[in-house]
Amino acid sequence: MIRTSILRTSIQWALPIACATLALVAQAADGDINLPKSSIVATIRQENVPVEATFKSFSGTIVYDAAKPAATSAAVTIEVSSLDMGDESYNAEVRKAAWFDSSHFPQATFRSTAVKAGAAGHIDATGILTIKGKMQTVTVPISVQRVGDATSFDGSLEVSRKVFGIGDPSWDDVLDDKVQVRFHLQGAGS
Amino acid sequence: MTTAYTRTAVALHWLVAALVITALTLGWTMTDMVFSPLKLRLFNWHKWVGVTVLALMLVRTFWRLAHPPPVPLPMPAWQRLFTRVVHGLLYVMLLVQPLTGWIFSNAEGFPIVYLGLIPLPNLVSKDKALGEIVKEIHTAGGWVLAVAIGLHLLAAIKHHYYDRDETLGRMLRWQAN
Repeated sequence: MIRTSILRTSIQWALPIACATLALVAQAADGDINLPKSSIVATIRQENVPVEATFKSFSGTIVYDAAKPAATSAAVTIEVSSLDMGDESYNAEVRKAAWFDSSHFPQATFRSTAVKAGAAGHIDATGILTIKGKMQTVTVPISVQRVGDATSFDGSLEVSRKVFGIGDPSWDDVLDDKVQVRFHLQGAGS
Repeated sequence: MTTAYTRTAVALHWLVAALVITALTLGWTMTDMVFSPLKLRLFNWHKWVGVTVLALMLVRTFWRLAHPPPVPLPMPAWQRLFTRVVHGLLYVMLLVQPLTGWIFSNAEGFPIVYLGLIPLPNLVSKDKALGEIVKEIHTAGGWVLAVAIGLHLLAAIKHHYYDRDETLGRMLRWQAN
């Protein structure tokens, strides 16, 4: 009997909580990344063959004010298990310990620490890139554009597999150490 | 009427033969392998060999049009028809099989960089659904090609050892062009 009433209470509460959550999502900040309109693509070079792999799931916030570009801050979190190489067996392989080890290190992150304003519409974002538990300070040139009522951020970054221990050395003859990561991040808009 | 193959025709025949057997062997081996650096490497070699076959077959087709093959040796009409069918099938498959492989690779999102040096144009853009279809066509094509080569080989052996005629000898002789 008690269990039933708890259940009923839970149901009674579930709807208002869901509504409240939806309202919060709807009020997402201007800088929250709009996933369907954004992309993060890694280009791996395999014996000079460029192979594109896409991160399907990521989130984050970029606070940007065109009047004060140096005050920009960015925090992006990527679910590494969402990497799509275009083939399920390859996807499963790169989640393994020798690669991303996504069961132990499910997320890769970038947290900006300093942003420098460049030419109009350009910023250089310095921050800490964390992949597989290893950190590296990187600087990424980013071009900023107004897209309707939202802002988009485009850039690319060269990442070394060795630095982050992605793929054991037996792959070095076949796969380039350098992986080009290209991103297009668009804010949710107001 | 000529009775001999040109040197070019003989050279192209044996070169393509060696490359096609290599491509088929690589194709069947690599697809059964677990994910490894060697597997990816064999995929690239398979593609390079296939592209080479395609290029040689284009040369070979034009060469054949300009230099008709020697008149057929005397044989029953059904054998002549069967020969024409198998030769036709070999020519078609040696041109089509590399092309479906090329399309398959591109549809799966892998451009072909010949010998790791020369990027070849993408015949189609990445398209998972198309890739699934072309995979079936390319796999089946491998078997059609293998059967056609088997028939061709059996006929050559039969002509050489049973009929004791010049069929195989003509393709082995290094005549002046």
